Amino acid sequence: MTPAPSPRVRRLAETGRAPVGFLIDGQPASALAGDTLLTAILANVPALRQSEFGPEPRAGFCLMGACQDCWVWQKDGPRLRACSTPVTDGLHILTQPPETWP
Amino acid sequence: MTARVAIVGAGPAGIRAAETLVGAGLKPVVIDEGARAGGQIYRRPPPGFTRPPETLYGSEAPKARALHALFDGLVESGKVEHLAQSAVLGIDADGLNVLRPEGRQVVPYDRLIVATGATDRLAPVPGWQAAGVYSLGATQIALKAQGVALGQRLVLAGSGPLLTLVATQLLKAGADVAAVLDTASLGDQAAGAAGLLARPALALRGVAMRARLGRLYHAGVTLERIENDARGVTAIRWTSASGVESRTECDMVGLGWHLRAETQLAGLAGCAFDYSETWAQWLPRSDRLGRAAEGVYLAGDGLRILGADGAEVTGRLAAIACLQDLGLNAPDPVADLKRLVTLERFAHGIARAFPWPAAHLRALPDATVVCRCEGVTAGELRSVADYGGAEANRVKSLGRTSMGRCQGRYCQLAGAELIAAHANIDTPAVGRLRDQAPVRPAPVGAWVNPARTAGRPD
Ligand code: FES
Repeated sequence: MTPAPSPRVRRLAETGRAPVGFLIDGQPASALAGDTLLTAILANVPALRQSEFGPEPRAGFCLMGACQDCWVWQKDGPRLRACSTPVTDGLHILTQPPETWP
Repeated sequence: MTARVAIVGAGPAGIRAAETLVGAGLKPVVIDEGARAGGQIYRRPPPGFTRPPETLYGSEAPKARALHALFDGLVESGKVEHLAQSAVLGIDADGLNVLRPEGRQVVPYDRLIVATGATDRLAPVPGWQAAGVYSLGATQIALKAQGVALGQRLVLAGSGPLLTLVATQLLKAGADVAAVLDTASLGDQAAGAAGLLARPALALRGVAMRARLGRLYHAGVTLERIENDARGVTAIRWTSASGVESRTECDMVGLGWHLRAETQLAGLAGCAFDYSETWAQWLPRSDRLGRAAEGVYLAGDGLRILGADGAEVTGRLAAIACLQDLGLNAPDPVADLKRLVTLERFAHGIARAFPWPAAHLRALPDATVVCRCEGVTAGELRSVADYGGAEANRVKSLGRTSMGRCQGRYCQLAGAELIAAHANIDTPAVGRLRDQAPVRPAPVGAWVNPARTAGRPD
């Protein structure tokens, strides 16, 4: 069952930054310059990826590069650690591994 | 030739260590995972954010400002080499194996100062694998460095100074905090009071923050389970100190029980460890200044869990030890050694007041996921201990626990507690997990491509 596309995070401050446009699984999404990918994705949808060992979706855990829960895929390019990678214009993020594994 | 000193970590300990070395005429290289120096407590938002340090760090803003300005100045004047966004993966005969944004690099050194800090110390709660469960540290980083709350309606649970602090900061920023659930009883907290009075101003600040939380705060609770649906967290069930069962609806739970020292690099550098009953974890062995192995010095929360002020002190002390051993002019450590005694008394008070929930762990139902990376349950761990023996490294290899993405950072302490209870032995008898490189997962390509050596042309 796919979770309803509602944001997980709530912005409390620093909302005057420039907008950034990117894609999540082909769907257009918007974020703010300076957002980490984790913030950017979770400001649009409730999870980063599916767990490989259980039914639950995953949304990160430590935000300090220690748990590695937050790796996401790109349409083109290497996997990214969402909590320590800034979002950039035009990035295309996949929440599932791409079907054509290199 | 001047000695090459490498410092790992650019938090308060690493920054003070660098300053002290520069004072003696050395040019250390500082390797840090962050984009900007500061560490976790004094973490800086990315460029373009506008809240002043007073908003981000509250009463600690002057310390944060001073450390940031000091380090930026040292880098700008060329007195320190700063490798930002760089993770140390391991150590070999040539030096530190460092993963930088542009690839792998070997950083040779004569002396090593390890100031790798700490992460949250976590205890599993049934259901904690759900999306929307975060560490308390993560909750604070989200607010400080990104200006966001990690949910619409938040519950913070666990114990330790960060619990009250993060709750207060979130409320001030306008977040909807539904409850603050402290597993430490009022009796525990009273027992820690004597130690906490070693730093009366800080203790009072804690009491004032607690008072501001009012009826949101509950002491002595038992965390029963986190409920979730396909989207993530929906509620947390808990029992109050007086035995009343409650269910609080929320879409986020922040969990943490104070800190767990980040010690893998110290282990790879050859340091020995002792089990600390005070902190319910293995901590590296060192002398008072932080000498821990041949040419290896430790500082900050990765050595002794004293918090940010303590990290500044132990950072200076480690650098002093390093300078002494190099036969260079070292500052007098007496004042810092005296401060260390006060800081340790306070830290013991904290440990006593907000204890590790050993009883909760020992009683976890078999179905509880302990390793949230790979979904290993308490029952699986217990049965692995039955046929493989109650030793941490054997349980790891047989049970897949501590082998996943986090490399055991968030489950090994709980796992050891569970196994000890099951085998009816003391927790230290379960042993400590051996440290293995890479201490951070590295893309395969980074290992296949030859590493560059610092100072040598490609
Ligand atoms: S959330 Fe833990 S590494 Fe990104």
